[in-house]
Amino acid sequence: MIPTMLHLLAHPFIRIVIALVLTMAFVGVMGLVLVYAERKVAGFIQRRPGPFEVGPHGILQSLADAGKLVGKQLVRPFDADPFLFWAAPILSLAPVVVCFLPIPFGPTLTGMQINVGLVLILAFSGLNTLALCLAGWGSANKYSLLGSARAVSQSVAYEIPLLLAVLAIAFQSGSLDLTEITLTQRRSVLSWNVWVQPLAFLIFFVSLVAETNRAPFDLPEAESELTAGFHTEYSGMGFGLFFLAEYTYMIVGCAVASCLFLGGWEGPVADGHWWFLAKTFGLLLAMMWFRWTYPRVRFDQLLNVCWKWLIPLGLANLVVTALVIKVVG
Amino acid sequence: METAASRSIGDYYTRHFAAEQSVEKTEGETLILNIGPQHPATHGVLRLVVEMDGEYIRRCEPVLGYIHRMHEKMGENRTYTQYLPNMGRVDYLHALAWNWAWVGAVERLMGIVVPERAEIIRIITCELNRISSHLLWWGAYLLDLGAFTPIVYAFADRERIMDILQTVTGSRLTYCYYRIGGVGTDIPPDFCGMVRDFIAYFRSRLPMYHDLVTDNIILRGRCEDIGVLPSETARSYGATGPVLRGSGVAYDVRRAEPYSLYDRFAFEIPVGDSGDAMDRYRVRMAEMEQSLAIIEQAMDRLPQGPVMAPDLPERIIPPRGETYFAVEGARGKIGVYVLSDGSPIPYRVKLRAPGFSNLHVFAELAVGCLLADALSILGSLDLVIPEIDR
Repeated sequence: MIPTMLHLLAHPFIRIVIALVLTMAFVGVMGLVLVYAERKVAGFIQRRPGPFEVGPHGILQSLADAGKLVGKQLVRPFDADPFLFWAAPILSLAPVVVCFLPIPFGPTLTGMQINVGLVLILAFSGLNTLALCLAGWGSANKYSLLGSARAVSQSVAYEIPLLLAVLAIAFQSGSLDLTEITLTQRRSVLSWNVWVQPLAFLIFFVSLVAETNRAPFDLPEAESELTAGFHTEYSGMGFGLFFLAEYTYMIVGCAVASCLFLGGWEGPVADGHWWFLAKTFGLLLAMMWFRWTYPRVRFDQLLNVCWKWLIPLGLANLVVTALVIKVVG
Repeated sequence: METAASRSIGDYYTRHFAAEQSVEKTEGETLILNIGPQHPATHGVLRLVVEMDGEYIRRCEPVLGYIHRMHEKMGENRTYTQYLPNMGRVDYLHALAWNWAWVGAVERLMGIVVPERAEIIRIITCELNRISSHLLWWGAYLLDLGAFTPIVYAFADRERIMDILQTVTGSRLTYCYYRIGGVGTDIPPDFCGMVRDFIAYFRSRLPMYHDLVTDNIILRGRCEDIGVLPSETARSYGATGPVLRGSGVAYDVRRAEPYSLYDRFAFEIPVGDSGDAMDRYRVRMAEMEQSLAIIEQAMDRLPQGPVMAPDLPERIIPPRGETYFAVEGARGKIGVYVLSDGSPIPYRVKLRAPGFSNLHVFAELAVGCLLADALSILGSLDLVIPEIDR
């Protein structure tokens, strides 16, 4: 009986289903944790306590907020296209769950080990742009439309330097499998890719902040310009899903960054998934820190940074990497 | 069923604005966008109708009147003393300057001489209020630019000013402290100590703000060469205050038409050179330092004596005549015109709000700008909408 169960569990399809369910739970919990963390970090930076009322140290605040969002009425503007309007938030969150499958949380803790894991993540995370586009178009609101126009050009522009940075690592490791890339950095802390490829890390992280529409690159939802950008018209869980998706993309991005550049689950002592989570959280905190410190850049400045700096630097980095590998390897 | 096309979209202003010809004909379609009256960047109920070509602004027209409270008409229905509390509500951020404009006008009309101690107290409190107004502008402007944190720091400092002014005036925002002939009450004994503490504290804070915000490369990118206002344009619109001084015109009512005892104080008038948003920013930041210097000098020469003119009549009934009195508010020249017919109630009151002139510069500056730049310019003008609508 038990061998049969184990056999069944080892079936790839069952494994994926279990991984997806666990991922959903992880996304939900992490969403709550990150909202709480974000508000506490903001409070710390702004010399105030942050949420403090619901539960000890306000720890249940996110849960209360989630309850409020679920309970709210879903309002659709009169002129909005019902199908596009409701498809957008779902499309925004659904693909991101798949992105967790190839991420190695620990030496054996991987949802689905495939040799093109990195491509899978990049492909599915690209779908978010489509969701923002639909939300902007479907809302029948001018602010939403402007927000989604910004979102599309921003995402398209920043995907290029992101890919260039990832490619440099892929060249160096000779693999697109995140587990294998992590294993190549196994020897010591000094063999982490962040020391070997500091420029690629910088490009990747800046592009990541821009791809996830976080401040100082939060133009699609620039509050003081476009009220709330693409999600102006969304209420309740429509907004909640966009919000959750934003945080989930942050987690995916930081998790990939810690695999690619920071040695994944490996640490100076006691390798394991806690190292992976610690690195991911460290990067997430850095993103929060940016948000509460810097003003927002303007749209043309944002694109200038991408086209005039990140892409040429990324290309140069890629060429140098390729040459070094050709000569040395 | 009712469709989008069958409904007429927009109100009178939107349709009127859309019907007008664009300044410059474009290839594609343009978009009429209503920014406000409820919008995070308009800081109140200002409404801007803009015609946009993508993210670029082709035309812009401010629509006013959403918070019109008939302050001028109210002046014609109550006595000179009863009208004083209205003044704190015209511009709630620099309420004491408006207080001063009103009592100053009535004093000039009646020829009342204010005791020196009262004048010095007025200067100290008005300058403190100016700093608190500029601090709030600083925080709100950075909020417009997408920086969430500075406003919290600005509010923490502003809180200290409000605590000080509370001990003197009894209120924290809409002050009604000056009286015709002096000030309401004398300052409490610990007032000077609190003010000196604040000056030392605020002097230690300003360098941090400059390090953290003024020198930030993103802020520079958002402010420098944005909304360049030539001094000629500024003068022709009647812009005053930091908006005019940012364009290089050293016009300050405290120097140009000295009132009270300002001619006895040494202070500089900070001016910008190119007239961009960064110049207006720098002028305001420098003005806070100048205000600190004025307060310090005033504290040193605070005389003993009464705080109300001794020979005031029981009822304030100015003789027939008219007068105009101007003071320098945080946003520019605040003017009060009073026409008296010899009765206890003013025949006509006209309030000159600096924000009104400063706002209309915006319609010219915004043309050709990106939406984000336009809102940066709007923030740099430091508008208080209730003051504009009065």
